[in-house]
Amino acid sequence: MPRASVWLVRTALLHLTLGAGIGAVALAGKASAALAFSLALRPVHVECILIGWTLQLAFGVAYWILPRRPGGAKGGDTARVWTAWALLNAGVIAVGLGGLPAVSGWALASGRLAEVAAAVLFATHAWPRVRSYTPA
Amino acid sequence: MVAGVAITVPTFGREALHAALRPLWVHLLMVGWVTQMIFGVAWWMFPRPAPARRFGNPVLGWSAYVALNAGLLLRALSEPALATAPGPGVRAALVASAALQFLATLAFAATIWPRTRGT
Repeated sequence: MPRASVWLVRTALLHLTLGAGIGAVALAGKASAALAFSLALRPVHVECILIGWTLQLAFGVAYWILPRRPGGAKGGDTARVWTAWALLNAGVIAVGLGGLPAVSGWALASGRLAEVAAAVLFATHAWPRVRSYTPA
Repeated sequence: MVAGVAITVPTFGREALHAALRPLWVHLLMVGWVTQMIFGVAWWMFPRPAPARRFGNPVLGWSAYVALNAGLLLRALSEPALATAPGPGVRAALVASAALQFLATLAFAATIWPRTRGT
């Protein structure tokens, strides 16, 4: 597994445990008034699970497993994937916090932009690696 | 999918029940289907460290499976029940379902973490 995939998958696992932990507290908050505050953390839960976990895991596995271009660099454009990793995680943090009532809307907007930039970078990296297979 | 049908049928009654079924529908699909499929495929496909080439700790793997499904089943029973007939037993069941699902993710992360490594 390439190093960038290791980081993408492990960061995704951290988002999974963080997002599931927040989700568990929020679910318990429906049953307990003492934890009712946690319902406000729902945006962080959603962002961690949908983008931080699911999307980032797909990035990591795709970078590892998609066919490599003959004669090209191993795994393609590594710098682009590392930038996508950084932007995606900065975006998840900004959007997660931006969903909280006390945080400026600019955090939400800039976080979403960072996520879009990460998606574009990853898609342009992966596009040439998605090829039909012709047996020899 | 059945919960998804239920929330589209207005005759299923009270608004509180609809409000409880919607997150249940999302989580049955996202946790019961998507996440569990990811858990299963990752357990199968991720690299197995040499020289033993083992999948990992089977107790942790099975614990993730049992806790995820038990937690989700408990949620499917207790979340709508909380909307219709709240009581201490139902509240305790919902808290237990939350804990079980969280423990499932911890067990999965612990099994997969050592299998994500550079080659």
